[in-house]
Amino acid sequence: MAQTRLGRNENAAGWAFVMPALALIGLFMIYPILWSLWMSFQTGRGMNTTFGGFGNIQRLFADPIFLTALGNTLIFLAIQVPIMIMLALVFAVMLNNPRLKGRGLFRTAIFLPAVTSLVAYSILFKSIFSNEGLATQVVAFFGGPQIAWLAEPFWAKVVIILAITWRWTGYNMIFYLAALQNIDRSIYEAARIDGVPARAQFFRITIPMLKPVILFTTIISTIGTLQLFDEVQNITQGGPSNATLTLSQYIYNLTFRFMPSFGYAATVSYVIVVLVAVLSTVQFWVARDRR
Amino acid sequence: MTDVAATEIDREAARPTSRAAVRPPRGPDRDRIGPVVTYVVLSLAAFLSVFPFFWMVVGTTNTSFDIVRGKSWFGDQLLVNIRNLAEQVDLPRVLFNSFYIAIISTVATLLVSSLAGYAFEIFRHKWRERIFAALLLMLSIPFAALMVPLFVMMAGAGLINTYAAIILPTVANIFVIFYFRQATKAFPHELRDAAKIDGLKEWQIFLRVYMPVMRSTYAAATIIVFTLTWNNYLWPLIVLQTNDMKTMVLTISSLNSAYTPDFGVIMVATVITTLPTLVIFFLLQRLFVQGMLGSVK
Repeated sequence: MAQTRLGRNENAAGWAFVMPALALIGLFMIYPILWSLWMSFQTGRGMNTTFGGFGNIQRLFADPIFLTALGNTLIFLAIQVPIMIMLALVFAVMLNNPRLKGRGLFRTAIFLPAVTSLVAYSILFKSIFSNEGLATQVVAFFGGPQIAWLAEPFWAKVVIILAITWRWTGYNMIFYLAALQNIDRSIYEAARIDGVPARAQFFRITIPMLKPVILFTTIISTIGTLQLFDEVQNITQGGPSNATLTLSQYIYNLTFRFMPSFGYAATVSYVIVVLVAVLSTVQFWVARDRR
Repeated sequence: MTDVAATEIDREAARPTSRAAVRPPRGPDRDRIGPVVTYVVLSLAAFLSVFPFFWMVVGTTNTSFDIVRGKSWFGDQLLVNIRNLAEQVDLPRVLFNSFYIAIISTVATLLVSSLAGYAFEIFRHKWRERIFAALLLMLSIPFAALMVPLFVMMAGAGLINTYAAIILPTVANIFVIFYFRQATKAFPHELRDAAKIDGLKEWQIFLRVYMPVMRSTYAAATIIVFTLTWNNYLWPLIVLQTNDMKTMVLTISSLNSAYTPDFGVIMVATVITTLPTLVIFFLLQRLFVQGMLGSVK
């Protein structure tokens, strides 16, 4: 492109327009993420830190609380994300049927949880799953056992998974609905005429056509779950005995609850960075075109 | 509420009847999910999705004891709960904090991020795509990795327990920049050319031509940024330390973390916290959903 006078003016305007955003991103994202990397090699309490080499990384593997938090976070991820994505897909496919009556109503209802604040809905779940609360009574009504939801490690995890699924399924469903509307219906008609069964249509047409959206939602859900904080903080506070403690919560505790240990907290936070990078790469690799 | 679904159904009805619709489902359609199953599944999902809202409203009228005992019908404690909340929390102050932070953040974010999104689409530069790709990569930086240095930075700048500390890090929102760049692809270039011939400067074109033309994009982005900042929890929890600076979300969280939380009071506060985003959602449902989808269009 020839550098005309006009071109140079445009260049100046372009830079002036992006500069405020780039400066803020530099100051509040790039600088902190690099500082955090540097911090992760520091040891010590509060502001008095010294270079500790790989000491923090060694400490990670010997830290039972960290390993518990890592395990919990990965359990939430491995169980909750697939369940939610499948449910969202099923709801979206059902709602995409133009002959379905009341689909505006169904869609609004299922999306509604996505409007709530994470803290607000967490507190609702905490009250529903209280010791002798509504959930316990419903289970008892159907002849189930008496469950102390938030006092037993296993059930506390179940409540967290139920809660996140409630909050985010409708949100993901909206992405699939939008994508489904872009699929040409004549593809399905052709498949039907060729005698392709409905189940095969779902797996051979719908899923492949939605692959980019499924990849996108899986990645944002993975990133979201790896950073899980609001729900556990407000439903279980990480308990009982750290059974629902997540990595984000552990970082928060290390920095703001216990004697501040900035360096080690930064190391734990880089575990999340690495997990996000690795899992996103894996998901891209799994969803790649095999042709 | 002129719903999207209504127009979709109209469009569907206007189509010439397809062969498949005329032919009764036979053969390959026999293992299609039956309509009964569809209605049962969707009704159950809709009920479970809406029930906690009902539970929240019912809870405002019951004592804490009744709530944790699972009472799910209306009681007569509403006024008592409201009075107790007003005694424990300086509601006008807390609401002011929430609205102030959400509104200032939203205005600043829209301005800074739409300016950048517009520029990324309109102006050509040899580094443009590289810078933009780097920004997209940064979308995956977890906040947990930023909060420790951000806290130390804010403490060093003497900004702990201020509105500025909450607002500043949220202003350059990469998601919103991306959203505006995508939306700008539909912005007619002739408008820009015409404005240039009329002698408008770049910033005038942005303010007087681009912003009015893109108002529905701005509306959708407003909803999404307002909801995000209104509901923000972790960063305000770290930075805001006194009761007079707390937001609604922080207030319900601290009421909830009391040794014996009063759920009647908390339910009233939760309704107040949820109401603004719920109202926006019902008034502007289509824009709301459009804002959510911004990134995949």
